[in-house]
Amino acid sequence: MAGDTVAAWSPALALVPAGVAAALIRLSSRAPALRETWSLLASGLQAAVVLSMIPGAAAGVVLETILVELAPGVPLVLRADALGCVFAALSSGLWVLTTVYSIGYVRGLHEHAQTRYFFCFALSLFAAVGVAFAGNLLTFFLFYEILTVSTYPLVIHKETPAAVQAGRMYLAYTLTAGVALLGAVAWTQALAGTVEFRPGGILGPLPSGTLWPLLGLLVLGVGVKAALMPLHSWLPVAMIAPTPVSALLHAVAVVKAGVFGVVRIVGYVVGPDLLASAGAWSAVAWLAAGTILAGSLLALAQDNLKRLLAFSTVSQLSYVVLGVALGTPSGAVGGIQHIVNHGVMKITLFFCAGAIYVATGKERVSQLAGIGRRMPVTMGAFAVAALGLAGVPPAAGFLSKWYLIRGALEGGQWPFVLVLLASALLNLAYFVPIIVSAFFRPPDEAGEGIAEAPATLVVPLALTAAASVLLGVAPDLPVAFFSLASRAAGEILGGVVR
Amino acid sequence: MTEILAYAGARYNYWVYIALMLVGFYTMIAHRNLLKKVIGMNVFQTAIILFFLSTSAKLGGTLPIVPSQVTKDGVAAAGLMNPLPHALMLTAIVVMVATLGVALALLVRIFRRYRTFDEDVILDRL
Amino acid sequence: MLSDHLPPFLAVVPLLGALLAPLLGAVRPRLVHPLAVAAGAATAGLSLLALREVLARGVIRYHLGGWAPPWGIELVLDPLSAFTAVAVSGVGALALLYAGPAAAGREGREAPFFGLALLLLAGLMGMIVAGDLFNLFVFLEVASIAGYALVATGGGRALVAAFRYLILGTVGASLYLLGVGHLYLMTGSLNMADLAQRVPELASPRVLAVAVGFVVIGLGIKMGLFPLHGWLPDAYTHAPPAVAALIAPITTKAAAYALARILFSVLGGAEGLGRAPLLTVLAWAGGVAIVAGGVMAIRQTDLRRLLAYSSVSQMGYIALGIGLANPAALAGAFLHILNHAMMKGCLFFAAGAAAARLGGPALTDLRGMHRRMPWTTACVVVAALSMIGVPPAGGFFSKWYLLVGAVQGGQPVLAGVILAGGLLAVVYMFRVLEHACLVPRDEDEHAGSDPALERREAPPGMLVPLLALGVGILAVGIWNAPIVSGVLGFTAR
Repeated sequence: MAGDTVAAWSPALALVPAGVAAALIRLSSRAPALRETWSLLASGLQAAVVLSMIPGAAAGVVLETILVELAPGVPLVLRADALGCVFAALSSGLWVLTTVYSIGYVRGLHEHAQTRYFFCFALSLFAAVGVAFAGNLLTFFLFYEILTVSTYPLVIHKETPAAVQAGRMYLAYTLTAGVALLGAVAWTQALAGTVEFRPGGILGPLPSGTLWPLLGLLVLGVGVKAALMPLHSWLPVAMIAPTPVSALLHAVAVVKAGVFGVVRIVGYVVGPDLLASAGAWSAVAWLAAGTILAGSLLALAQDNLKRLLAFSTVSQLSYVVLGVALGTPSGAVGGIQHIVNHGVMKITLFFCAGAIYVATGKERVSQLAGIGRRMPVTMGAFAVAALGLAGVPPAAGFLSKWYLIRGALEGGQWPFVLVLLASALLNLAYFVPIIVSAFFRPPDEAGEGIAEAPATLVVPLALTAAASVLLGVAPDLPVAFFSLASRAAGEILGGVVR
Repeated sequence: MTEILAYAGARYNYWVYIALMLVGFYTMIAHRNLLKKVIGMNVFQTAIILFFLSTSAKLGGTLPIVPSQVTKDGVAAAGLMNPLPHALMLTAIVVMVATLGVALALLVRIFRRYRTFDEDVILDRL
Repeated sequence: MLSDHLPPFLAVVPLLGALLAPLLGAVRPRLVHPLAVAAGAATAGLSLLALREVLARGVIRYHLGGWAPPWGIELVLDPLSAFTAVAVSGVGALALLYAGPAAAGREGREAPFFGLALLLLAGLMGMIVAGDLFNLFVFLEVASIAGYALVATGGGRALVAAFRYLILGTVGASLYLLGVGHLYLMTGSLNMADLAQRVPELASPRVLAVAVGFVVIGLGIKMGLFPLHGWLPDAYTHAPPAVAALIAPITTKAAAYALARILFSVLGGAEGLGRAPLLTVLAWAGGVAIVAGGVMAIRQTDLRRLLAYSSVSQMGYIALGIGLANPAALAGAFLHILNHAMMKGCLFFAAGAAAARLGGPALTDLRGMHRRMPWTTACVVVAALSMIGVPPAGGFFSKWYLLVGAVQGGQPVLAGVILAGGLLAVVYMFRVLEHACLVPRDEDEHAGSDPALERREAPPGMLVPLLALGVGILAVGIWNAPIVSGVLGFTAR
């Protein structure tokens, strides 16, 4: 089921624009226009390269580049298989929009240290694509750690004591997870003799005394970035970063890398058979279910808009984990598809939050009364994305929920259907009041003078909102995400998926 | 019991060197005067050198000096003391003296700076 | 043929330099530093040449004076010693380059300083190529005496630190000599290759254990292995920056090499020592060193003392690798010899540059470094990432091999210690980075951010070696596979 593997330069080529741009940005510290040009160019190029590989990946042809040997017997392998293309396409496509948005944002707020900002952004995308295309655990680990290091300066961008504290927490969590992951990788190498990603897993039958600790270490290693509870605490705290950074963290790179890692581990390292034999499926699934519910409940209590969105992300990410942990074809498709859907919808919400902040300086939900009249496009997009996350058709969120519920039913796992429905209700519970208050309540203070945010902020969010609907209606547009997800799910489970 | 005593007694060179070593070591650690520490270090090293030298001795052996014409017919090595440890220890003695020289130079500078050799006083004045 | 005579040249070239330095210093003092750099560079070049030769032709054995072993003195170059020679001479040459501006302010004293520095290098190189145990002792002491004197050039507190270093170092060397003496008594030979053949036939394992014990403790003191590290923190802290940059990266590494060489080539490694649990003890001592050194480093407020305790911790990794005694762990230990020499060199170079430009060695003096000395800060970041073990910096890969070795050796606790050490390094390196990059200096807070304000980077003489090491750390990381399989592959012995 793995399809043909063809040696090519494209997977490595996809990393080049971001890497080169990072260096160029560093050198253009005196020319803001030049910095932004490099970022735009690089994001466009990267998107082009990644998109060019998608039709092949959807058809089962896997492009692979083998570079230097990282360690004897373990090469640095970049492999553009279906699952990798999902993440890479999401990151690259959203990077283009985020760059446009960033330019408007940092100019609008006259942010300091812009060189460092764009440099780290480019480096983070470099690492993200590396994570996406990693062909073995060691390559994955390499780029995963680079991602940690490159996103840190972005988290502490504001350099206030609170930001520095948030950065410390971020590093503490992610580096500890990195250590756990490293231990797990070494252990896997010892057990399996290899660390390649193979559909169906590389580990043979293991005694449960070995499997559970190894699985625990692996999940801990990727679980921090994937915001699995109780490893999620860093995410709301990291919201102190500028909004485009939060968008990057939530939708484009970091947490997506985390759940991507979970899928890779479940599908390509440990494998469904091994998990089934140890009864580990339900452990992971219940962990995910718990996070889904707890995240939504905590979101209800938040007043700061970005923190609310953070908890919503915690909850939504576990949809992906749950989907993969259901062990059924529809569940896996739904989970992988949700990586994309949630990314697009969440980035819309963050773009809106940032636009509101730039235009009005407001950060709290309680301050948003009547904003909808003044910033119709922004709040309209917000509404679309928010309802989409809750699972209202025809937005993309409905589609992935549909598949997840089907997946739960296929496996005869009723309780998870209830969890998914409950979560939908909770989502509505915290999003609808915001929408209602924004459009239907009169503004508190003098709302005059508040106009729509600048175009560089509004255009991206309108585009992503439109994409959220598009993905719900025609999930293979604009990029063949659904076909990729189906193929990936099929690879993992070894069965045929529609 | 007597075998053990005989055994130990026959190897008295070991006891001597152990005793010297311990004296040197104790002096290095216990005394506060830096100069005495250096002397202790010297005694320690000397003990080791003596140990080496003692191993070259043989019962009834004679000095390993061989007149040149004898070498053509071979040398009765068994009756000669082992010269190799002596050669090695010459080098070791040189090393010891060099270290001693550096140590004393250090002490001169320390004394100029702190006006005392007492370790505790120096640590206070640091 | 040059290559046949390489082993002695590696030690002779710096020795000649050491002899010429005072002569030159009497006539043309300003030429002494270039002379030292030239000698160092020549040594490094010869080491690289040696490595290439050894990989192509196999082991090079040189008999001094034409006397064949086991009676003659033999110098041996095999892949392992050539590799260590490259590491030591390379970083040493860079430190000599660095020492020019760093030793500024001591006009009239370049000659003794560089003479001693070259003597140190000569001693270390001699240790590495030595083919018999007693020769190793002699070179060890040559290097050590030069080291004591170099530390003492700092004056004041450095004098006391040097004295302590001298006493403890001499104890270590003497214990080593004692151990060698026991081995000689039992086998009648001092030549390493010869001993390797005779040791397995020994009738009395207890004497062997005693001898080995003395040797290990003696070299452990020289290596700075916890708990025998007492001389290290004071010596590294109070030595002048140029000296710290020279001794910190390389002297302990040569001692570690000697330990590994003796344990494996001479005494037959795990099989030969199987009767004594020595290697296990060594591995655990390494583990304790990693944790103890790391914890002590976290509590420091002086950058150099922090780096000193960090060195104790990192030497623990090397000891752990030696103690685990399987091919992967040994590859990790030796790769770490190279990596740590580079990272610690880089950090000490930066510490000296920071002290010169920013006013002092305390961590709080580092504030504002990233604004004033961006290139230096970049190198510090690279070195810090390497210490923590973030790929693609070299430090990650040596940790990886050690980890694989620990897992293969069935030692999960030690594997956990390796990982924990990484976390400890995160904490103490992070304190350094936070002060260097994040906290503004008091005067900056009021002056506003004017980028043209005093961007006083380190002088080129300091910056070039710094950058060379920073790049080197990344290069070794990315290309570590050829290094490991080509050079160290034979550790599978």
